[in-house]
Amino acid sequence: MMDLAEKSLDDLTLADRFELDELVDRQALAEVTRSLEDLFGVSLRLYGTNGRLLADTGRRLRLYEYLEEHGKSRAALHEVVARVRRAQPASGPLGERCVSGAHYRIVAVSYEGRPIGRVILGPYRASQDTETPPALFEAEPGLDRERVAELLEELPVLSPSTVEGIERHLQATLDLLLFSGLKALLASNMHLATVRESYRELQEKSSRLQAAYERLKELDRLKSNFLATISHELRTPLTSIIGYSEMMLEGISGELSEEQHEFVSTIHGKGEQLLGLIRSLLDLSKLESGTMSLRRTNVSVASLVQDILATLAPSARKKSVDLRGHQDGELPPLWADVERLRQVLLNLCENAIKFTPAGGSVTLIARAGSVPLDGGQGAGSVLLLPARRPAVELLVADTGVGIEEEERGRVFDAFYQVDSGATREQGGTGLGLSIVKRLVEAHGGTIRIESNQPRGTVFVVTLPVEREST
Amino acid sequence: MQLDFTSRELTIKLVYYGPALSGKTTNLQALHMAAAGDAKGRLMTLETKDDRTLFFDLLPLRFEDECGLAVRLKVFTVPGQVIHASTRRLVVQGADGVAFVADSRRSQTAASAEAFVDLRNNLEAQGIQLENMPLVIQFNKRDLPDIRREEEISAMARRGREPVYLAVATKGQGVVECFLGLLHLTWADLEAKHQLERKFGFDGNNFVRRVAEKLGQRAPVTDLLGRTLGDATRVAREVAPQ
Ligand SMILES: Nc1nc2c(ncn2[C@@H]2O[C@H](COP(=O)(O)OP(=O)(O)OP(=O)(O)O)[C@@H](O)[C@H]2O)c(=O)[nH]1
Ligand SMILES: Nc1ncnc2c1ncn2[C@@H]1O[C@H](COP(=O)(O)OP(=O)(O)OP(=O)(O)O)[C@@H](O)[C@H]1O
Ligand SMILES: [Mg+2]
Ligand SMILES: [Mg+2]
Repeated sequence: MMDLAEKSLDDLTLADRFELDELVDRQALAEVTRSLEDLFGVSLRLYGTNGRLLADTGRRLRLYEYLEEHGKSRAALHEVVARVRRAQPASGPLGERCVSGAHYRIVAVSYEGRPIGRVILGPYRASQDTETPPALFEAEPGLDRERVAELLEELPVLSPSTVEGIERHLQATLDLLLFSGLKALLASNMHLATVRESYRELQEKSSRLQAAYERLKELDRLKSNFLATISHELRTPLTSIIGYSEMMLEGISGELSEEQHEFVSTIHGKGEQLLGLIRSLLDLSKLESGTMSLRRTNVSVASLVQDILATLAPSARKKSVDLRGHQDGELPPLWADVERLRQVLLNLCENAIKFTPAGGSVTLIARAGSVPLDGGQGAGSVLLLPARRPAVELLVADTGVGIEEEERGRVFDAFYQVDSGATREQGGTGLGLSIVKRLVEAHGGTIRIESNQPRGTVFVVTLPVEREST
Repeated sequence: MQLDFTSRELTIKLVYYGPALSGKTTNLQALHMAAAGDAKGRLMTLETKDDRTLFFDLLPLRFEDECGLAVRLKVFTVPGQVIHASTRRLVVQGADGVAFVADSRRSQTAASAEAFVDLRNNLEAQGIQLENMPLVIQFNKRDLPDIRREEEISAMARRGREPVYLAVATKGQGVVECFLGLLHLTWADLEAKHQLERKFGFDGNNFVRRVAEKLGQRAPVTDLLGRTLGDATRVAREVAPQ
């Protein structure tokens, strides 16, 4: 028979065919029959539908032992026992009487109208019986009448109503036991089935998500490829435009009139601007596709800062913004791509100058810091490993328009510009910070935005100090 | 449905569906109260928390047909709370007929609509179109204030195909009628699919009448089945005059 725990809800609730001992603990069955025996002194045997004996309170009876000693009575006794065992009380209780005059009752046990087993009650003496049937002594004259009478006394005397009461009580108790057993089984089955069903549902959802994710990734790759191709195709003719206009400006093709000079200058200037934009796009797509390679060397932070200050001094002066640098103590060299780091700081400082009104200031600060060691959160590593490793922090602080808290996450998105008067005035494409962020991350660093006091923005770039060998 | 030829037993699964707290469990309790002792088993309430059904309730009913076919009805309720979606799907599996219990209060209209869509989706997930499922609708809690008016409901009911019943489950009103309507519709559907009459001499109309008696209804079945707001003729049509 199939394990009940594995049956489906339908099997359990619709078919509901089971054996008594599948739903009720054997021990409980034994206890129920024993308690009835204690109460009424009568033996009880409980059989399942398959004829298996499930509970038996029977003990050796001295009467039967005595009858066993004589051939004829033994045969008669065995015949009765066999008959009782075979009896199938389909439509009502059956009664059997033993040669000794003792009674047996065979009662069907049912659950929800279905037979689920039977009980054999007995042997007992019926209260209405007056004497031992003479048949016994006719069959076996060797029996001692007095001894038989004495041993018969050991059997309990039950009235028909008591017998019925026992039957009813047993049926009711088994009914309850079966009901609780079935209920417990159903509950645990439902627990399992619900968990399984929820799991199936989750799996379905996650495989749909996975598919959507794969598709997006593919689109992203296509976009990056497209950008890279486009930028290359644009760059080639553009370099010619810039080169030839430069030559014209140098007078290689003859003196230009003042007006011509001004026009060609504009062509040259706009060409450079366009080239800058294309380079940014190309950088971004390379960074996104992960094909940008860093040429790392040991970079001195001090000279990097000096270089940036020198480069930007003219544009700061032009805007009447005070640009200065500052270094806190000795700093270890950074293992980094110096060109890319320049790009990062230039972008940040350009932004700072751009979004700071005349009379304001921009400060580039370099100082020592530290970053948490990633991984190893286990007890051992917390105890045994240094929690942080050294880093260099590069801060670009300005006294400009500032960036609202809720905009801080978004300014790093490509093409995102805060929709403010200042941005509208300044133009730009909104690519600068997205490139900065990717470059910083390519170096294993992080970038965040803080507020400057009383106004303005601070961009904080944190770069871990990595060993040359790592 | 399960049909056991050897023991001549027919098991039919009926499910009470609906939004949380609409009175599904109360319907089953009222049915249990109404049923005669020899026809009903114990009402099994499987896991509740604060009187809310977590898994299901199950009321087993059994009837002997004149032709000797034993008919066992297993009446389930689903847990109405939205979070028990997967349990509802499990319980409604294999249903032969569904009674949808709605709370009549206007404030509950949206919840009923949601539960109805949920029922349709869950049946569809098993490849069953709701249109092909024997279905009755009960507007419960008629005793409460601010309910959808009867004229309103019966106007809608006439446009739909499903028999619609009004009930106050806590007082047992309309519960048996709704159940008999469901039973009758379900039998008609099973008869069409399995020709029970031809195979077993099973007389559905007679059967519904016997069930009605066991549920304490003395009125003629035609009357009982006629107490619906929907297409009463559809229900009563197949019932032979007695
Ligand atoms: N006034 C009124 N209250 C009712 C009626 N029917 C049910 N209720 C009450 O509504 C509440 C919810 O009834 P239940 O039968 O437990 O609802 P349910 O649909 O089984 O709810 P879930 O198991 O959560 O899905 C109980 O407090 C009931 O007494 C009715 O006809 N009138
Ligand atoms: N220092 C700053 N102060 C105030 N707002 C800033 C600052 N830096 C950046 N922002 C805001 O973040 C936006 C995005 O900056 P980002 O450098 O990516 O683009 P951009 O400077 O507008 O254009 P691009 O750098 O491509 O020429 C800016 O448009 C501006 O709104
Ligand atoms: Mg910028
Ligand atoms: Mg409930």
